[in-house]
Amino acid sequence: MGRIETCFENLRSKGEKGLITFITAGDPSIENTLDYMQSLVDGGADVIELGVPFSDPMADGPTIQRASERSLAAGTDLSSIFMLVRAFRERNASTPVILMGYMNPFERLGFERFAKEARASGVDGVLVVDLPPEESVPQNKILTANGIRQIFLIAPNSSEDRIKKVGELAAGFIYYVSVKGVTGDKSISTSNIRKSLELVRNGTRLPIGLGFGIKTPESAREAAKLSDAVVVGSALVDIIEKEAEINAARKSLESFVKELKGAVDA
Amino acid sequence: MAKLKADIKSMKSLPDANGHFGQYGGKFVAETLMGPLTDLEDSYNRFKADPDFLSSLRRDLNEYVGRPTPLYFAERLTKDIGGAKIYLKREDLNHTGAHKVNNTIGQGLLAKRMGKPRVIAETGAGQHGVATATVAARLGMKCAIYMGSEDIKRQSPNVFRMKLLGAEVCAVDSGSRTLKDALNEALRDWVTNVDDTYYIIGTVAGPHPYPQIVRDFQSVIGEETKSQCLESEGKLPDALVACVGGGSNALGLFYPFFEDEEVKLVGVEAGGEGVSTGKHSAPLNAGSPGVLHGNRTYLMQDEVGQISATHSVSAGLDYPGVGPEHSWLKDVGRATYETVTDEEALVAFERLCLLEGIIPALETSHALAHAEKLAREMRSDQIIIINLSGRGDKDLMTVADIKSITI
Repeated sequence: MGRIETCFENLRSKGEKGLITFITAGDPSIENTLDYMQSLVDGGADVIELGVPFSDPMADGPTIQRASERSLAAGTDLSSIFMLVRAFRERNASTPVILMGYMNPFERLGFERFAKEARASGVDGVLVVDLPPEESVPQNKILTANGIRQIFLIAPNSSEDRIKKVGELAAGFIYYVSVKGVTGDKSISTSNIRKSLELVRNGTRLPIGLGFGIKTPESAREAAKLSDAVVVGSALVDIIEKEAEINAARKSLESFVKELKGAVDA
Repeated sequence: MAKLKADIKSMKSLPDANGHFGQYGGKFVAETLMGPLTDLEDSYNRFKADPDFLSSLRRDLNEYVGRPTPLYFAERLTKDIGGAKIYLKREDLNHTGAHKVNNTIGQGLLAKRMGKPRVIAETGAGQHGVATATVAARLGMKCAIYMGSEDIKRQSPNVFRMKLLGAEVCAVDSGSRTLKDALNEALRDWVTNVDDTYYIIGTVAGPHPYPQIVRDFQSVIGEETKSQCLESEGKLPDALVACVGGGSNALGLFYPFFEDEEVKLVGVEAGGEGVSTGKHSAPLNAGSPGVLHGNRTYLMQDEVGQISATHSVSAGLDYPGVGPEHSWLKDVGRATYETVTDEEALVAFERLCLLEGIIPALETSHALAHAEKLAREMRSDQIIIINLSGRGDKDLMTVADIKSITI
């Protein structure tokens, strides 16, 4: 069992819902991110997702786009993100860390090398937003062989067929995109997705994380009723953007995460 | 001719069922777009074989766009260059002044039949935006055009045109504020409004099935060219030359000639200030394969896979990627790709104005500049055809600026 499985197993045995928190690695610097990761854990985050910045983040809204730009301006790349995770692992051996990004930087490094270095630095999973199951068979083999869980998106408009296809390749958990749109977009409407979530439950035994458009403790609470975990991203990135001072940002992150965790557990 | 690394007889059969041209192409998009792309593929496959759809398309191309466009023998240019006979395929004479409308008419009709009341598009030089806004007006559809704020500055006449045609022009301020960023933003709009919106991609790039759809609609250029050349010269041309940004006018001209191995296919990329300076838009000449905007293709990228800033005097060529089928044509050796600098393009621009009374687009001027070099090396009984992909009215401000002339 890897960290992701252990984490969801623990949540299940305690009857808790998980909180998956996303921030962009290197926004505004790798040093800051290391501190912010600690704040997320201190606030009660169960899983940390780190955005790998890309120059053309097509599936992201303006908040995460700007975070990517800040991170790239600071010179972040996959090797500095591996260093970051290595440093985080010196303090924290249990919180799963997942990298989320776009295909080109991973492909440029090469999936073989990515998987080995990710594994060695303590990364548990990867979500390549623009790598659907149809295109990812060879990459999936490499990741699986190296113990890196490949996480896939499922959307409200994913067909039953596609859900099955995702189920065959996915590991860790399923990231269910709760709204049609980009990250940080309009708010989630839970009634619309109930039925489609049922299909996902039937198609895979993996836990389901619900994300995109969850910004407040209230919407997190609603989302947690339908899923095993809730993903919050843009709202946290927003705090990092607005609080220039690192200690103030850490404090705000920690207290907001605490609120979110309290809401998903309620 | 060098031995091709592909079976010439099957060249026209791509993409395969998954949208691949060899290792290029594909569908690299977030899950939310997979459903809509499959719907599009199904609809396109249905309508492209539907006689009723094809006859509306034919009628619109003839009566609204003004096809067929002439294949014009440029006699004075030929004499001046002193080599092969130079013909111009006059796509600049299409309604809206460029080849772009061949595709927007086709996709507009497709959108209408799919029951989508709204169309969106990205644009660089503004030609595709104008062609989309035109079709939307004619078909009574709502229209939003995404354009980088840098390009809005460079192409203000086209911005005004789009507005006159009833389109909403959305300025894009992210990234390099050019075509690639407009494409990102249009994809975001599509993913958000996919139920009522059809995304008309303007070039042979993007996720499958777009590269195929755009190529098919643009192939009318090459089909006409073939029969016109046979009629006036009694033989096929020796070389075809076209500029390549995303590469739709080039592919439209080349595709019907894929299996005519004796016809040389030459694409011309924007060399900007010179490929050695790094300030250019020539991924096929100086880039490497990667994944952007839904497909695998040659890209301008840095050593860690971030997309590089591009440069070209022509907004329409200012793009870090290229259609995946071009990447494949390059690798198998069926087409070759050259570069022309801003400066060389401007010389060719002026030459065509003065010798033929035709003001070409700056994009097209890249093809002209290389074709002139090529024609000089050819015999006078040989034939070279240049795709005169667009007229240059939209570029008058840019050219005046470069020459420090106030209009």
